[in-house]
Amino acid sequence: MNDTPSRYHPDAMIAEDIHAYLDQHQRKSLLRFITCGSVDDGKSTLIGRLLYDSKMIFEDQLASLEIDSRKVGTQGQEIDFALLVDGLAAEREQGITIDVAYRFFSTEKRKFIVADTPGHEQYTRNMVTGASTADLAVILIDARKGVLTQTRRHSYLAHLIGIRNIVLAVNKMDLIDFDEARYHAIVDDYRLFATSIGIGDFVAMPISGFKGDNVTTLSPNMPWYSGPTLIQHLETVELDANIDQEKPFRFPVQWVNRPNLDFRGFSGLVSTGRVSAGDPVRILPSGRTSAVSRIVAFEGDLDEAVAGQSVTLTLADEVDCSRGDVIAIANDPPEVADQFEATIVWMADEEMLPGRPYWLKLGTQTVTVQIQAPKYQVNVNTLEHLATRTLDLNAIGVANLSTDRPIVFEPYARSRDLGGFILIDKVSNATVGAGMLHFSLRRSQNVHWQALEVSREKHAELKNQRPAILWFTGLSGAGKSTIANLVEKRLVLMNRHTFLLDGDNVRHGLNRDLGFTEADRVENIRRVGEVAKLMSDAGLIVITAFISPFRAERQMVRETMQPGEFFEVHIDTSLEEAERRDVKGLYKKARAGELANFTGIDSPYEVPENPEIRIDTTRMSPEEAAQTIVERLLGWS
Amino acid sequence: MARLLTHLERLEAESIHILREVVSETERPVMLYSVGKDSAVMLHLARKAFHPSPPPFPLLHVDTTWKFRAMYELRDRMARQSGMELIVYRNPEAMDRGINPFDHGSLHTDMWKTEGLKQALDKYGFDAAFGGARRDEEKSRAKERIFSFRSTNHRWDPKNQRPELWRNYNARKAKGESIRVFPISNWTELDIWQYIHLEGIPIVPLYFAQKRPTVERDGLILMVDDDRFPLREGEVPVERSIRFRTLGCYPLTGAVESEASNLPEVIQEMLLTTTSERQGRAIDHDQTASMEKKKQEGYF
Repeated sequence: MNDTPSRYHPDAMIAEDIHAYLDQHQRKSLLRFITCGSVDDGKSTLIGRLLYDSKMIFEDQLASLEIDSRKVGTQGQEIDFALLVDGLAAEREQGITIDVAYRFFSTEKRKFIVADTPGHEQYTRNMVTGASTADLAVILIDARKGVLTQTRRHSYLAHLIGIRNIVLAVNKMDLIDFDEARYHAIVDDYRLFATSIGIGDFVAMPISGFKGDNVTTLSPNMPWYSGPTLIQHLETVELDANIDQEKPFRFPVQWVNRPNLDFRGFSGLVSTGRVSAGDPVRILPSGRTSAVSRIVAFEGDLDEAVAGQSVTLTLADEVDCSRGDVIAIANDPPEVADQFEATIVWMADEEMLPGRPYWLKLGTQTVTVQIQAPKYQVNVNTLEHLATRTLDLNAIGVANLSTDRPIVFEPYARSRDLGGFILIDKVSNATVGAGMLHFSLRRSQNVHWQALEVSREKHAELKNQRPAILWFTGLSGAGKSTIANLVEKRLVLMNRHTFLLDGDNVRHGLNRDLGFTEADRVENIRRVGEVAKLMSDAGLIVITAFISPFRAERQMVRETMQPGEFFEVHIDTSLEEAERRDVKGLYKKARAGELANFTGIDSPYEVPENPEIRIDTTRMSPEEAAQTIVERLLGWS
Repeated sequence: MARLLTHLERLEAESIHILREVVSETERPVMLYSVGKDSAVMLHLARKAFHPSPPPFPLLHVDTTWKFRAMYELRDRMARQSGMELIVYRNPEAMDRGINPFDHGSLHTDMWKTEGLKQALDKYGFDAAFGGARRDEEKSRAKERIFSFRSTNHRWDPKNQRPELWRNYNARKAKGESIRVFPISNWTELDIWQYIHLEGIPIVPLYFAQKRPTVERDGLILMVDDDRFPLREGEVPVERSIRFRTLGCYPLTGAVESEASNLPEVIQEMLLTTTSERQGRAIDHDQTASMEKKKQEGYF
């Protein structure tokens, strides 16, 4: 492969005219791409080859590479390029990469950022992450094996994330004697599949990452191939950034820039389109209009800003605008909605729970979201649609979701910034999922809150009381129902209007379709929370007695109420004590394995961190407890 | 007709976006300022991100007292120029025990830098710290996220990092936890130099070749920066034309012999050279993947 000079690294130019080199270098563009395949496909070897050929590897690195190649390499005495790109120590010992790693190299025309993700089964999360910022995907196929299940999986995921440029790199051509017929058979095979999932176009090329054929230079071993080398293609493929500039102007506001009373700017990154001073704009979700007066940058005002640039805008009018708002071209603004259909990729060990409130972060907007049971899950290997009630780690599904307030969005196919979101667990703060909005549901445009003539306040006033929810929580057998009944009796004696919702009773009617899995428990509490909220709107003091083991759902109900109207009452009885009492004989059954998902035994109870009222039942009789709760509710203590 | 953004413009826009996200989503951010070339770029980006406001966070220099004099000079000048508060923190225990790079080896880095940083973050209650690390520096860095989460005792768990999709960063954390944020993750060494050149960013003159007093020790060329440098028997400082590719504590940082006295020449030399920049640092020679071990212990 040494018959043509490397196109990568013009040593002569650097040595002779560094200024000319610098001038050329600063005009390079940037392409981000992802490589998909397993170690067996020679993916790490290919990336190692790209880095090596572009001289991104220094002598000291090469020296340690040679030592490593002899110690753990898989290529005998030859340099094992794959070792260049395997990072963490534990992974190196196992011989696999298990995460997304980013690699860098450049040619005369472009700088490249490569997202390197592993090819084994449990990798949907990593590949989706790596692909989310990529303009192009290189799908690697081992020429000896042809199109495999994983090839289909990689292609499906790349397409799902909206990558327009697919390269089919048929690798290890050297191991099949550069067989043209075999290559064409593989490409035809792949085309059938690609068309079936909506990949309209792709570029195929026969290569050898190990030997270098058709990577940087055209291979003398395959004179029958007349297409570009991999590098040539990467250098010339059209960038998403250029296409984004032709879309309508969108500017999610990150930060309000207010150094003094005379300046109020809105800082952000132009997501799509372009903007000039004087352009009429609309601020979403409010819909107010104004015009751009200045485009402020450190080096002086700009005439124009385009997709991909970070700038600060000032507006002609004093309009309300803050983080989370989107400034858009006035005559073609994005939609605002609160109910959507979306594809969701689940990324956490704990399964997705329909109905549980999560944070949804879309660009600079963060809202509470509830996801309905998925319509279906996609088997990423067969692409079949499967029925499911939830999503496990690495599962991909389609579901409807609703946010607690309207958000500014665009379908993902039109904008990654305004259509791609992450899901965050409200307790652990972990990123548990990601998703892509398809469209808003018509419902959300047509179903409005009916303004009620008799207000919540009127209902409460008639009853001469302040509505409230007394939310009892605690282990089975802690004494919730007993104490809740005593509380209600006392309140009724005081002419208060109350209603007690009891766990066991509700499960006979409203929630009789629900079991005791984690997902069903969440739905159980969601429904009870909604009913309790409606009753409080009617002016009632609602008492609920449910184990309600999860913080997230208790928090969800709390957030629907006015401050001071929600009382979390922790009936605090230790597991030992509750089990000793075992009023209903349930602990015995659970211990005997006859009852699954029993709180405290094989299902967790998340203790309230800051309950309004905590009752220690080992130090208080039920009557004393009831008295304490009533006094707290009425503000006597 | 599209206006093609260059790779440097796109890297700049990405870094600025990250800086603004952190300021919007955390309570008390700080920028770790080591006075090196990467810090210089990061500070410049911060000034651009919030212009016309000054960057709304302080600079923190975790000092070892063993930095080159030229670094202290630039540090103070840049703080004045940017209008930012400069916090200098020195680990009082290392101070009391007189920890130095000549007698204490790796304990020097551990106490002044690793411990010093943890102490400073705790003392001021910073919940987010910008650092100038880059993914191209070292293999284990290639996998680190831009937002890197640390437990309440500052430990990094490589198995428990959050996936980062699109430009959508999750900065939520529990009380006591903190984030290290690396806004220039995707820059390479060449990008850094090119950007410094294009933007005219001030850097420490030690990056440029000049005749300086040196001794050669264990294969490294060390600069005798002040009279605290303990000369071994028979060692006489020799004037050599040297410069530094990376700057740390002066006795730990090896220089290279060079005639490159301006930026284009430095870049030229860098492009034609055949060793990676971290080779000059004694800290990395211990064992393979030593950075990864250090990171888990809380080294930046």
